[in-house]
Amino acid sequence: MVATRNNRDQPWLMRTYSGHSSARASNALYRTNLAKGQTGLSVAFDLPTQTGYDADSPLARGEVGKVGVPISHIEDMSQLFDQIPLDRMNTSMTINATAAWLLALYIGLAQRRGIDPKTLSGTTQNDIIKEYLSRGTYIYPPAPSMRLIADTINYTVKHVPKWNPTNICSYHLQEAGATPVQELAYALCTGMAVLDRVRASGEIRAEEFPQVVERISFFVNAGMRFVEECCKLRAFGEMWDALTLSRYGVEDPKLRRFRYGVQVNSLGLTEAQPENNVQRIVLEMLAVVLSKRARARAIQLPAWNEAMGLPRPWDQQWALRMQQVMAFETDLLEYEDILDGSPVIAAKVKELVDGARREIDNVEAQGGIIAAIESGYIKRELVSSHMNRLRAIEAGEMKIIGVNCFQETAESPLTGGSDGAIMKTDPAAERDQIERLQAHRRARNEADVRAALQALGDAARSTENIMPSSIRCALAGVTTGEWGDTLRNAFGEFRPPTGIDIAIDRRELLGKKDQVSDLRERVASTGSELGRPLKLLVGKPGLDGHSNGAEQVAVKARDVGFEVVYDGIRLTPQQIAQAAQEEGVHLVGLSILSGSHMELVASVLEELRARDLADLPVIAGGIIPPADAAKLVEMGVRAVYTPKDFNLNTIMADIVDVIRAGNGLTRLGLLH
Amino acid sequence: MTYSKLPDPERLAAGILRRERAAVASGLNLLDNKLPAARQCAIRLLACLSGERWLNEGHLVGVTGPPGAGKSSLVSALIREWRRAERTVGVLAVDPSSRPELGGGALLGDRIRIKTQSHDEGLFIRSLATRNQLGGVATEVWPMSWLMLACFDIVVIETVGVGQTEIDIAEISDTVCYVAQPGSGDTIQYLKSGIIEIPDIFAVNKSDLGAPARKTAAEISRSASRPDRREDWDYPVCLVSAATAAGMRPFHDHFARHREFLRDAGLLAPLRARHQCAWVVRLLQEEFGTFGLQLAGGRSAIEQRLSETRSGQFEEYERMREHILSRLLSVNQPTV
Repeated sequence: MVATRNNRDQPWLMRTYSGHSSARASNALYRTNLAKGQTGLSVAFDLPTQTGYDADSPLARGEVGKVGVPISHIEDMSQLFDQIPLDRMNTSMTINATAAWLLALYIGLAQRRGIDPKTLSGTTQNDIIKEYLSRGTYIYPPAPSMRLIADTINYTVKHVPKWNPTNICSYHLQEAGATPVQELAYALCTGMAVLDRVRASGEIRAEEFPQVVERISFFVNAGMRFVEECCKLRAFGEMWDALTLSRYGVEDPKLRRFRYGVQVNSLGLTEAQPENNVQRIVLEMLAVVLSKRARARAIQLPAWNEAMGLPRPWDQQWALRMQQVMAFETDLLEYEDILDGSPVIAAKVKELVDGARREIDNVEAQGGIIAAIESGYIKRELVSSHMNRLRAIEAGEMKIIGVNCFQETAESPLTGGSDGAIMKTDPAAERDQIERLQAHRRARNEADVRAALQALGDAARSTENIMPSSIRCALAGVTTGEWGDTLRNAFGEFRPPTGIDIAIDRRELLGKKDQVSDLRERVASTGSELGRPLKLLVGKPGLDGHSNGAEQVAVKARDVGFEVVYDGIRLTPQQIAQAAQEEGVHLVGLSILSGSHMELVASVLEELRARDLADLPVIAGGIIPPADAAKLVEMGVRAVYTPKDFNLNTIMADIVDVIRAGNGLTRLGLLH
Repeated sequence: MTYSKLPDPERLAAGILRRERAAVASGLNLLDNKLPAARQCAIRLLACLSGERWLNEGHLVGVTGPPGAGKSSLVSALIREWRRAERTVGVLAVDPSSRPELGGGALLGDRIRIKTQSHDEGLFIRSLATRNQLGGVATEVWPMSWLMLACFDIVVIETVGVGQTEIDIAEISDTVCYVAQPGSGDTIQYLKSGIIEIPDIFAVNKSDLGAPARKTAAEISRSASRPDRREDWDYPVCLVSAATAAGMRPFHDHFARHREFLRDAGLLAPLRARHQCAWVVRLLQEEFGTFGLQLAGGRSAIEQRLSETRSGQFEEYERMREHILSRLLSVNQPTV
């Protein structure tokens, strides 16, 4: 055996994105993960916390503790970090619209424990701009959202200097379909928009501005094309270095470093033969560790079974071990950059840089990233890229093992267990959280709460930094919903363009031509038989903002001749049922990725029955485990689609047949 | 089977007049249904809804303008004002269909744009695609808007304006509002086209843009006030901003003022009777062609008979239809 060199590089921070059910359950999970060698924490919050609602809000129904931990007030935060030393922990929080609030709770907790905030280190994701394009946990319009980002930066640079106040995300752009060039361009445009806004706030002296630039970090994605992904990260480094020098005059090259964390791609993980996801995850990780100059500072890996449901502790442990094997068993950390000097790599990097520069110029010419989001330009570009990707998979041009080739498989012993190989959240978590919240409200000093909220509202309406009054709110026992509502009253709420209004002839999309013609014929003839054109409602109930699937279905349905009503995200079951009635649709399609499908679908069905629409066919799509799918069908759902149903043409043909069957017409069967 | 599911028109009409949402929705579905049995059922429904009330009550408002002018946000602001005044509102939002060779589908996104904060029993929105019919406004818009008029205080038809649309909208609405985009070539084209004679109210949106908005408003003002048009109506041109709510109140007031003007001048009932008559003739012609119209005595005789029975035009239509059918059947004896 060869002895390893002593002067190895320090490995990156190793985390696992986790949190569920309650602060107490998540705290236990964190402490177990740390004991297994994890070196940082990555907190997943539930959707009510991410969108500024209390657990007992009607909009939160079914969502509490589902995709992450519910944090309603400082006592929850205290329980989440029970026996975890805040001054020695590096905590990353995936939180955006309410980032200032969760940071205030963290700082407030540190103060209560007698810990100097200057010792706190970690990250708030706090990139609200990408929420308008993907992920969808925005609350406020762009201008106040930019102001919240700037306020947290201005505050932390002075008072919590080791904190990364914002993590500009290209990650979610890739999940929404972005090409590497689009990822580079839009993330860097966002970086510029944030820095410009901070500079315009005038809170930072010019000579301190390089420190602000240094605190800007990124959160990046890496997919299966790992050579190109590695080049993308080198391109990011080059472009950020050039941009921070030319645009912001940062002289010290250390302050111009492109610092980034990674979660590798979930888009490419499959529900079919899910064990293959393990090699996919490892190869994707390779892209972000291979090149020393472009190596990630922190990595969190998804679990192999993410496309099936919520991972169990054992699944998360497996993901952590992948990182540890890479860092501690291989010789990767013993070398300088192994790609420097490769002409192939240099040429690919240059190609990406040139493409990204052109797209950046294009966006800047439209008035910058915010204007291009408000006009719908960027969302349309992403939806269109995503459609191209799906078309390539359908046509077999992009190979995915086990999905569109090599589908035959022996039965997997991994997925055979009685738990369906996924974690179930505690069904009592929502009720417990609500009881805990209501007890908290009774125990706190109401006068303090009212005064703190008054000060928060005043700060929001002035140009005063939002952080001091938010920390005061945290210490007074204000709740997440109260903080969110106070700012809603001051800032208003926002709905961005859905991006699905892309012109058909702009894309070479359409997939297999004869299949599309066949589908159009089926849609048209079924419409004639029923007396009017087929009309479809695509609905996203609940707080989950992952709208990519719903958008793809809406665009495809329009392309094959449906009249499609799509109202965007975050609708209550009541709003969906009301829209179905007012619009007179032939079918309702629901898309749910947050794991709340049982509660939300049941509510929609109930609302439809209350409107005398019990016969209206309902289908559901999302990350829905087989056992749940069977229960949904029992409840009356006509069909359930999961990530393994990747062929949109097949889904469309099925939808036509569901409508036909529901109206007493014969099914037309599979497409030819 | 769908065919057996046709509702009973009398009962449906009673539900609609009580503003039951399920009845309104079901009635709109029926009016959209092209199956022959459904067509007859739909005419019966319209006949049941007919009456003097239909010629005198409520307000049919058409809002049109080029894409991107901000029609939906203005309509949304108008709706808020009407709802604040406790008027019930029905909306028909018309979006374009893709071309037939591209499948003819449509994305109907107006519900998002006409944003309502929460559940509202007094507001009903139905989206509709143009379905590539000549004229830009789907033929279904006319009967659907009249169904809504039977149960809502205000009915708003929102369409993308592409020339012919304005003419169609004027054949349906009591009041036509054109929303202009400041500084856009569309408005200039519009002024040149002569269609400017149709709208009763003009709005120049995005007044927060300043000079370009004022310039567009001035251009419209110069062309809009033509001496040969309906006397005593002033064709107001409003600078508004849906974003900042500037100018909304006076803009909103013009709608009620125009409706009062029509009523006081004795124009409202004849206008609606004329619109209804044009629709009935169109129905007959669609079903029986010019030959069928001849069998019923020719177009002008039909119009004459309809105008004599202003509030019962659909019953008259049913009589004429029977008449034409019997004449046709006597000409072409069916082979058994």
